[in-house]
Amino acid sequence: MPTQQQNLAGRGMAAGLKVINWLAGSELVDRVGLREPAQRLIYTGSKRTTRATTVAGRTFQAATRLGRPARQASGAAADLFDLTPTDEQHLLTEAIRDFALAELRPAAAAADRACVTPPELLEQASELGVTMIGVPEELGGAVDGRSAVTTVLMAEALAYGDAGIAVACLAATGVATAVSLWGDAEQQSTYLHEFVGEHPPAAALALMEPRALFDPFAPATVARRSDRGFVLRGVKSLVPRAAADELFVVGATLDDRPALFVIEAGTDGLSTEPEPAMGLRAAATGRVILEDVEVDPGALLGDGDPSVYAEAVHFGRLGWCAIASGTCRAVLDYVKEYVNDRVAFGEPISHRQAIAFTVANIAIELEGLRLATLRAASRVDQGLPFAREVTLARRLASQHAASIGSDGVQLLGGHGYTTEHPVERWYRDLRATGLLEGGLVI
Amino acid sequence: MINLEVPRKFTGLITQAGQVAENVFRVNSRKYDRAEHEYPKELDMLAAMIDGMNASGRLNGAGAGGVGGRENSSRNGLEPTGARSDPSTGNRNGTNLASLLGLIELAWGDVGLLLTMPRQGLGQAAIAAVATPEQLERFGGKWAAMAITEPEAGSDSAAIRTTARLDESDPAHPEYILNGEKIFVTSGDRAELIVVWATLDRTQGRGAIKSFVVERDNPGLVLERLEHKLGIRASDTADFRLVDCRVSRENLLGSPEIQTARQGFAGAMQTFDNTRPLVAGMAIGVARACLERTRELLSQEGVTVDYERPPELQPGAAAELIAMEADWEAARLLTLQAAWMADNRLPNSLHASMAKAKAGRVATDIALRCVALCGSLGYGEGELLEKWARDAKILDIFEGTQQIQLLVIARQLLGKSSSELK
Repeated sequence: MPTQQQNLAGRGMAAGLKVINWLAGSELVDRVGLREPAQRLIYTGSKRTTRATTVAGRTFQAATRLGRPARQASGAAADLFDLTPTDEQHLLTEAIRDFALAELRPAAAAADRACVTPPELLEQASELGVTMIGVPEELGGAVDGRSAVTTVLMAEALAYGDAGIAVACLAATGVATAVSLWGDAEQQSTYLHEFVGEHPPAAALALMEPRALFDPFAPATVARRSDRGFVLRGVKSLVPRAAADELFVVGATLDDRPALFVIEAGTDGLSTEPEPAMGLRAAATGRVILEDVEVDPGALLGDGDPSVYAEAVHFGRLGWCAIASGTCRAVLDYVKEYVNDRVAFGEPISHRQAIAFTVANIAIELEGLRLATLRAASRVDQGLPFAREVTLARRLASQHAASIGSDGVQLLGGHGYTTEHPVERWYRDLRATGLLEGGLVI
Repeated sequence: MINLEVPRKFTGLITQAGQVAENVFRVNSRKYDRAEHEYPKELDMLAAMIDGMNASGRLNGAGAGGVGGRENSSRNGLEPTGARSDPSTGNRNGTNLASLLGLIELAWGDVGLLLTMPRQGLGQAAIAAVATPEQLERFGGKWAAMAITEPEAGSDSAAIRTTARLDESDPAHPEYILNGEKIFVTSGDRAELIVVWATLDRTQGRGAIKSFVVERDNPGLVLERLEHKLGIRASDTADFRLVDCRVSRENLLGSPEIQTARQGFAGAMQTFDNTRPLVAGMAIGVARACLERTRELLSQEGVTVDYERPPELQPGAAAELIAMEADWEAARLLTLQAAWMADNRLPNSLHASMAKAKAGRVATDIALRCVALCGSLGYGEGELLEKWARDAKILDIFEGTQQIQLLVIARQLLGKSSSELK
C-alpha cells in the first residue's frame, strides 16, 4: 500500500505493479479455466467492496416462554485417565466423518473457489444434529449433557472433510451453544427453538476486529447505554457467513469491560461486507459493521459478566484447535498416500528419510495438538479451570498446524502448489487456526 | 470417557516420589555432577526404603523394574498401588502409568541420580519381560544393568558382534561362552547383574540375538573404563570386554532357539515399547524443572505469564514460556498416552516412539532456551539450569535416538520395511 510519505515515483511504481498484478491475475484466471460468468462474478465480487445492509431473515419470537433458563448438565469428574470416546461420541464421530468424506471433501474445491458453502450441505449437517449439539434437551436439543469433548470430536471430523465448510456448518452451532450456556430465559425462549427446528438460522459469534495485535479482551467496538438499551459502534472482522447470518453474537466493550450482545440481522445500522481471506473461503467470511446499532436491554448476554466473555473467547479458541486437528489429519492421510505412490530416482519418495521424517513429524505434532485440545475440552466438561490448557493447545495450533500445512505442500512439491491437489487449500486454511478469535463456540 | 487428567489415585505416589526428588536428589545434584564416578552413597538408604515399600506394595514404579507386558497381568494376583480399572469399560490405569508418573517426579529431581538408583536399572525391565519363574527367583530384586551397544553397533543393534557359544562338554553344567565388547552400560560397574545381548550365530541375523544374564563378579567380564560425559555424571557409564565369559545355560533369557525371520529380535525390541515412554518421562521431568526455575527467575524480573491474552501482546520472555510450555504439554500427553496404551494392552510401538521423539527434542530445546532466558544465571554453575541442559541431551539419544524414533514412526505410518526405508 502506498503511504502519504512515499514520493511520486514510488507511488507510480506501486500503481504500476497493481496493474501488472491485475493483468497477470486475470490471465491466470483464464489459464486455470475460471471462465464461467458466475465464477468470474465471484472473482470480481470478492475484490470489490460491496457493503450490504443486513436483511432480517426471520422474526425471532418466543414459542413458549421459559420461567428460568435451561442448561445442559455438565459432566462429573472422571476417575481414570482414558482416551476412549463414549459409544455415543464414537457413533456420532463416525457418522460425521463419513459425511465429511462423502460430501464435504468432494465439494471443498468448488466451495473454496465460489466463496460459499452449498446450502444443501449446511442442511445435511444440521440434519445430522450439528447445530443443536449445544442445546439442552429440554429446549429440543439432542444431547442430554454438555460435552465440549463431543463438540471437539465433531468439529475435528467435519474439518477432516473441509475446514472452510466445517466452519460454515459450525458457526450457527456456536451461537446456539452461546445462548444455551449464557442466555437468560427470555433469550433462550426467543432464539433456541429456531436452532433445533428444521431450518436453523445462519448465525455467528463476531469477536475478531480488523487490526494488528488484536486483543479479544479489549474490543474497540463499543457499547454505550442509552434510554432504550445499548448503542453499539465498531467493526467486526472475518465473521463466518456474515452476509447470510440472521443472528450475531457480538463482542463489545461496555463500561470498560468486554461483553457479548445478541443482535438480529436487519437491525438499523447493522451492515456487512464481504471479507474474503487467504483461506476458509467456503465459510464466506465478512465484516460486520455496527453504526450506532441500537438494541434492547435484553440483548446483553450473560448479564455482561466478563467471565462469560472470557469463556466465549476460550471456547472459540478450542473450536479452532479442533478445526486444526481435523485438517492436519487430512493432510497426514493425503501425504502418506502421495509419498508412497510418487516415484523419483527409481523408488517411492517415501524411501527417503527427508520425506519420511517429515511425515513422521506431521504425525507427532498433530497427535500432540489433538491430545492438548482434548485435554482442554475434557477439563471444560469436568468443571475444571481450562484457560491455561486452551492457551497451550492454541499455541500448538498456531505453530504446528501452520507448519503441517506448509509441509503438506512441500511434500508434493510443485504439484502441491497447484489446485490439482487439496494441500494448497489446507495450507491456506491452517494459517487461520492459531490466529482467529470467535466464530466458533465449542 | 475421555479424560486426560492424572487420576487422584496416583497422588500419593507422585507426592512420595516428589519428596524423594526434592530431599534426596536435588540436594545432591551438584555434588555428584562435580564428583563424576563417585558412588552416590546417599542412594543406598533410599533404595532400601524403596525395596521396603515395593515389598509392602506401597510404592510402585519408582523405576523401570515394574514395567513390562507380563507384569500387567498381575499373575501373582497383586495389583500395584494406584492401579485401577473400570469394570464397565475395562479401562485400566496400571503399572506403566504409575511408573511413568513416579519417574517424571524423580527426573525433576535429578536424572543422573535417578539412572543410578540401586536395583532400578533397565536390565530389570528385560528380566521382568521374559524371565521364567525360576529365573525370577534367582535374579529378581537384584540390580541389573543392560549391555547392548558395541563400538560398531549403536542404533543398529542387529549388528552386534558379541558371540555366545554353547559349550556342552560338561553335560551336567552346560554353559554359554561370551566374547566381545560392550560400551555405554549404565551403572555397569555398580550393578549386580548385567544383561548382555549376544548372537548365537552371526550369519543368522536378528533371530540369533539373545540376552544373557551375567553376574558382575564373573571373571570373564572385564571393566575397561568409565566414560567422562557431558551430563548425567552421577550415573556411571561402563565399557566392558567379555573374554571367554562363561555363564550357565539357564542364564539365557527367553527362547534358546534361533528364530526364523525377525520373531526373536522383535520380542527383544518390544521391551522398548515399554521403556521408551519412561525415558520420555525423564525428559518431561527435566524440562519441567527448567521451566519452573526459569519462571521463578523471570518473575523476579517482573515477567509473568497471562493465559488469557494473546502471547503476541505479552513480553517476549512470557510468550516464549507459553511456547515452551505448550510443546512440553504435548510431549507429556503423548507420553501418558503411550503408557496408558501399554496398560490397556493396545499395540503402542508407534505411540511410544512418538512420545520419545517429541519429549527428547522438547527437553533439550527447553533446557537450552531456559539457559538463554536466564542469562548468566542460566549459564553459570550457581543454578542447576546449565546442568539440566547438559543432562537433557542424553534423553534424545539413549533408548533410541531422535532419528531412530522417526524411522520407527515413519516405517509404521508408511508401511515400510527397514530395507525399504533405511
